Amino acid sequence: MFANYMLPTWIAASFLALAAGAIGYFTVIRRSVFAAHALPLSAFPGGAAAVLTGIDPMIGLLGFAFLGVVFVQQSSRLGPKDLAIGLLLSSFLALGALLLSLTGAYAPAVYALLFGEVLGIPHRELLPTAAVSLLVLAVTVLSFRPLLLQSAAADLATICGINRAGMEWLFLGLLAIVTATALPVVGTLLVFTLLVAPAAAAQRLSAHPARAFLISIALAELLVWSAIALSYWSNWPLGFFVGTLGAVLFVVLRGGGLLPSPSGIRARLSRRETSWHHGAGPNSGTRPDG
Amino acid sequence: MLQALAVDWSAFFADSAVQTALVIGVCAALINASLGVFTLLRGHAFAGHALGDISSAGGAASFLLGISALWGFLGMAWAAALAMAWLGLREARERDLATGIVLGAGLGLTALLLYLAMTTTSASGSTVTVLFGSLFALPPSLAPVVLLLTFGTLCVIVLGYRPLLLIAADADLARAQGIPVALLELVYLLLLGLAAAISAMTVGAILATALLLGPAGAALQLATRPVWAFLLAALLAVLAVVLGILLSWQSYYWFSGTSWPVSFFIVLLTLLEYLGAGLWTAFWGGSTWTTAAPPPSACAEDC
Repeated sequence: MFANYMLPTWIAASFLALAAGAIGYFTVIRRSVFAAHALPLSAFPGGAAAVLTGIDPMIGLLGFAFLGVVFVQQSSRLGPKDLAIGLLLSSFLALGALLLSLTGAYAPAVYALLFGEVLGIPHRELLPTAAVSLLVLAVTVLSFRPLLLQSAAADLATICGINRAGMEWLFLGLLAIVTATALPVVGTLLVFTLLVAPAAAAQRLSAHPARAFLISIALAELLVWSAIALSYWSNWPLGFFVGTLGAVLFVVLRGGGLLPSPSGIRARLSRRETSWHHGAGPNSGTRPDG
Repeated sequence: MLQALAVDWSAFFADSAVQTALVIGVCAALINASLGVFTLLRGHAFAGHALGDISSAGGAASFLLGISALWGFLGMAWAAALAMAWLGLREARERDLATGIVLGAGLGLTALLLYLAMTTTSASGSTVTVLFGSLFALPPSLAPVVLLLTFGTLCVIVLGYRPLLLIAADADLARAQGIPVALLELVYLLLLGLAAAISAMTVGAILATALLLGPAGAALQLATRPVWAFLLAALLAVLAVVLGILLSWQSYYWFSGTSWPVSFFIVLLTLLEYLGAGLWTAFWGGSTWTTAAPPPSACAEDC
């Protein structure tokens, strides 16, 4: 399992989980689950373009992920944000499907791009992956307080002089970087589980921000390691284990996961969750009784 | 150049693959457009997207088991709809997170089933077929079933139009008026699952969102009354599907023998419709009733 050819995967996945757990914590606090699901999908044509033109996949993925961020920020002026995100992800996916049909890519290549591949990170990508992950972790730690305040209580943050739009760009930008980096290993469709499931479970375990942040990173590492190990043993796809283990983690650690949870942050959240005009989150416009 | 633009109509309509595609595509457009309006009014875009994504596990299973794709997609979409009804009823505030987790598990299952279908059967193209659709490869025997399901769905929507709209606008008010909200919620989710299953066959499981949200989003910006929103959404969706089929069929002549995927054209057209409606309202003003009636959440903030 720790053979030579598996080492890059272990190292890269460990670094990726650091960044994923860190940005996932803010994703869950902001309830930006739909955005976290959509950004990897918007990066998908980048991977397809890399197959078509032979450029470095990382550049294609990052480019399209940032394009997705710009699209979400601009088109949410037109209407509800979740509508904009839904249309963004389907049009980018369709573009990717077109590019793949033009290349005539083999089915396993398409499958690997969508559902991940244990050996998705070659040796030469190892250093950039580690550097990007550490950079994301460093930025989240350095901007921890303003980002947390803006995520948990947007109005209060505005009063305190924190730039709302700036924080939104920072968050989405970091999210785009993490998803584009993790995409080759975990796959387009399941990157978001790596972000959301550990962070959601961590929030249940501790309401203290710094502690929940660290637990989220630890759980993300645990999720990635066990998924790689199981995938290695069973020869089944990595994405299957990330998706199902993520759900198991969430349900087990939340004690059923569906009971009301009296945590301090969530209580504060309830107020900002209910804004539709302000486009607070992908869940904006839903109703408590729906 | 001009030759490539001229459509050979008789050949287009004589092609049996095109006939089946047109029938099933129009059915998918009608169901998705009308349910899309409800979905957007309730702010359920993520749930609608998740249903389509999760139904792909059923599509993958149909390859493994050798059953019809429709029943595979439909079975999984309904299972997911029931799971969401259960989750939604118990804890609504956690719905986005719970939807995300269910979606992750569903996509994980898809990954496994597609992997097994790829390695154990000869259906190596199953990934592309399930996820990105195969409108031109559908068996003609499917058309009557889909027509029947569409007719049933439209009947339910017409019959339950007022209560469903009231629940979408204000569930508390609906409950106070004695409308069986829980039952209708379940009906709505099952219909949404049906819409996801049929559009999964049309444009593909992970692209189904475009047909659900695009025309409805455009119509909600333009229409001045709820009824017009439904009719306009249906019209725009049918237009996108028919034009998409035509363009994909015709693209065979444009790009020297490689036709572009029909899903790409349909999704592109729905996006253009949405953006076009945005431009239209920016210049000529638009919808009065969606902006005049405050969305439910704004009320919750004030009350």
